[in-house]
Amino acid sequence: MSDVIVVGAGVVGAACAYYAARAGLDVTVIDRGPVAGGTTGSGEGNVLVSDKEPGPELELAVLSNRLWRSLAQRYGGDGGFEFEAKGGLVVAETPEIQERLAGLAAKQDVEHTLVPAGSLRDYEPHLAGDLAGGVLYPQDAQVQPMLAAAALLRHAARSYGQGALRLRLGTAVTGITRSGGRATGVRTSKGDVRGGAVINAAGTWGGEVAALAGVDLPILPRRGFILVTEPLREPLIRHKVYTAAYVTNVASDSPELETSAVVEGTPAGTVLIGASRERVGFDRTTSVPVLARLAGQAVALFPTLRDVRAIRSYCGFRPYCPDHLPVIGPDPRMPGLYHACGHEGAGIGLAPATGHLLAQLIAGHRPDLDLSPFRPGRFSEEDQ
Amino acid sequence: MTFPITVDGRSVPVVPGQTIGAALHAAGVRSWRSTRFGGRPRGLFCGIGVCFDCLVSVNGRAPERACLLEAAPGDEVTTS
Amino acid sequence: MTYDLVVVGGGPAGVAGALTAVRAGLRVALVDSGARLGGQYFRHCAVPGAVPGAVPGAVPGAVPGLGRFLRQARALGERADVLLRHQVWSAAREPDATLAVHGVTPSPEGERPVVLRTRRLLIATGAYDRPLPFPGWDLPGVLTAGGAQALLKGSGVVAGRRVVVSGTGPFLLPAACGLAGAGARVLGVYEAGGALGLARRPLLALDKAGEAARYAVDLARHRVPYRTRQAVVAAHGEREVEAVTVARLDKGWNIIATRVVECDTVAAGYGFVPQIELGTQLGCGTRHDVDGSQVLTVDTGQRTTVPGVWAAGEPTGVGGWRLSELEGRVAGLAVVADSRALHAGPATGTAPREGAARAVPGVLVRRRVRWRRFGEALQRAYPVKPGWQGWLRDDTLVCRCEEVPLARVREAQDLGATDARSIKLLARPGMGWCQGRVCGYALSCLAGEPPQPPRRPIAQPVTLGALSESGEASAGVTVDGTGGARADDPPSHPNPPTRRNS
Repeated sequence: MSDVIVVGAGVVGAACAYYAARAGLDVTVIDRGPVAGGTTGSGEGNVLVSDKEPGPELELAVLSNRLWRSLAQRYGGDGGFEFEAKGGLVVAETPEIQERLAGLAAKQDVEHTLVPAGSLRDYEPHLAGDLAGGVLYPQDAQVQPMLAAAALLRHAARSYGQGALRLRLGTAVTGITRSGGRATGVRTSKGDVRGGAVINAAGTWGGEVAALAGVDLPILPRRGFILVTEPLREPLIRHKVYTAAYVTNVASDSPELETSAVVEGTPAGTVLIGASRERVGFDRTTSVPVLARLAGQAVALFPTLRDVRAIRSYCGFRPYCPDHLPVIGPDPRMPGLYHACGHEGAGIGLAPATGHLLAQLIAGHRPDLDLSPFRPGRFSEEDQ
Repeated sequence: MTFPITVDGRSVPVVPGQTIGAALHAAGVRSWRSTRFGGRPRGLFCGIGVCFDCLVSVNGRAPERACLLEAAPGDEVTTS
Repeated sequence: MTYDLVVVGGGPAGVAGALTAVRAGLRVALVDSGARLGGQYFRHCAVPGAVPGAVPGAVPGAVPGLGRFLRQARALGERADVLLRHQVWSAAREPDATLAVHGVTPSPEGERPVVLRTRRLLIATGAYDRPLPFPGWDLPGVLTAGGAQALLKGSGVVAGRRVVVSGTGPFLLPAACGLAGAGARVLGVYEAGGALGLARRPLLALDKAGEAARYAVDLARHRVPYRTRQAVVAAHGEREVEAVTVARLDKGWNIIATRVVECDTVAAGYGFVPQIELGTQLGCGTRHDVDGSQVLTVDTGQRTTVPGVWAAGEPTGVGGWRLSELEGRVAGLAVVADSRALHAGPATGTAPREGAARAVPGVLVRRRVRWRRFGEALQRAYPVKPGWQGWLRDDTLVCRCEEVPLARVREAQDLGATDARSIKLLARPGMGWCQGRVCGYALSCLAGEPPQPPRRPIAQPVTLGALSESGEASAGVTVDGTGGARADDPPSHPNPPTRRNS
């Protein structure tokens, strides 16, 4: 019997487990695969505040950014997950876009610096010469997402008692057990596990877990490809650099293919190139036209990348909700069931805040942030 | 019978049709690259373009596999 | 322009398949990364006899079948577009149901993208050595057995002066004989397996006795000791190999006793890995072969599970050059039948398959079955035993590219990685230049799972510049094959697509 059962060992599940253990709760984490085997293992590790419109998601992102920093500090500086406060640089192709970027930055109310065209290369020496300016967000950071998930689970077990955190990998959740309408645990491929609360942290597959409880969560996969270059000896790119179109695309509702340039270096020496978005179900077939567009946009931003080789690419499925907000909180339709999924492309960045707020709630404290914008019932008719 | 190429400024003889990797190996140069973390020496390993241990830069181009690339007269090879 | 057939791979399977199709009047292109056709087995020098002290392995005639292969290659060059020095990085289905084969080729201005559009694809991409890690295996002077062979056959270069050959499988014999015949002192062939394997298996004795006997005579002539249940378990040296530890092994390949042998070169190989990523990119079904390798599933006409895609040779299971050539021919015949069925009238859905079955003469089918059994029997006779994992130390690199030692693999498992993929995600083995081709087999053994189908959406490195132009090329620009391209003179790319403005 655990106080909390977390379904999903991705970064969000790991963060839920970490903060629940820290709150003194006994936790069991269950995943049908390994740690970080789903969307966490297909991400870039973004911890961004720059790409959020002002509103509840930005507040969540700012809180989460602070939590990532303190986790990194607490566990050896980089947290054991390559935390790097590299900063994000959003660049504008035209003066009009630069004006819009400046306007957005003013409304966001997060730390930023306007960078005129002439100073862009002080920040990124290899940027193309025809850009109109940009905005630097020093809080933007990056983690290695798989290590982040694994390390949070490890830190939870080590810091709050080995007995407080049990990890059951390769175990598929096949049902939610209940008593008198209340969730009492989960049925798995390896037997039943009882718990006081069940957290659905199944990411893109969160809708399927919700369905096991007989509740509806409209989470859809939104596919993205990432190109990875050969490892470079000298770091070519210091910040996370992306074009203004990225912000628009993130917020778009279109199922059609959208791409925008997101380029950054990693501690391993490779350059990661994103980002594409399209709703095509769980189709993993590589699309050469998408990869070609990503490559073209990256080269347009950093002409020197033209002769750098791409050595691999991968795709992942962002858990997409129709209103682009994650689902965080208790499910009114089944007491004992909580959701922590649907973070779309921001799951890595938003994980600690998600785990922290849910742990507060489950431990009977008032959450630091109002969770109502993320409430699971918001898609049902009764709620509207 | 042979023609020269230069490898980091040093002249290496090539039999026509030989790869750059083979010419280096034949000249007694068995490693020409060092790894980026441990600085370990690397040369030919798989010999058929699979392992990428033998990367060189030829005439200033992006790194290429020395085991696949046939040497051409006048090639200037640089290693890292 | 759309080809009737594009063949990837210019070894015995690819050339036989392409030639069969082109002789029936199909429009065919063959693409290969090498400078000359031949693949691994028929690799040969550009100028025979140009190498001082003429190397036997490099002279046509010394390799059984080479003379005939070269005649076939010439015939192919006269009728098909043969694109050499082309690296294929992707095969993809286009919206109009044709296939696009994306490649790059070096040019003085940098890498150039090339796209071939085709109705059918034959995957004949061969196999590469399957190495096992051991302490010091990344020292210069340690090569794969196939690498030592390639140096000799393709460039006439002897890998070293004092050479040790180690691993398992019958392929160690030609590697050792080639080296010894070319003047190297081969200090020993250390076969980790139990015995020659050939004598014990009647099937093998039946088919391969002649060749095995020839190698035995060669080894004896050069006084090369052949030792079973022994293997190189460590290499020593500062900047390159100076000595190796040779161990006596038990049945499970655990070390019983060791001795040090001074040498300057090691040629090691533990079987082969079929190269199948173009097939998995297209969604072709795979199976585990006897040796544990992932191979493409094919029917009697060499058809994969994906319509329009055939495979021949090692990608369907390692079995040697004779089987490869045979499968290439069978695939070629089935492709021709498919093309005729298409032109014969309204497609009925089942017609091509029936046509293909009729197209392949029974004698070829039976011969193929026999050689396939032989290949499987060889795989069965030379299994890799788990004891090799005990040769590794904590600091032994498993992944050479990303320099991941065994300890980091174990750490990742401790952190919750339960399979090879999650170990890769946490500790980076297989994430580097070679994309796990070298360490993939070892890593899956360490993870305790059979190898999984490769996920390599980019099968060969491609510059971002060339890649960015591949999108537009995919929208219609193809190589304008002028026909009659010479094998050594690949057609150029007449319309380099313009840069995308974004």
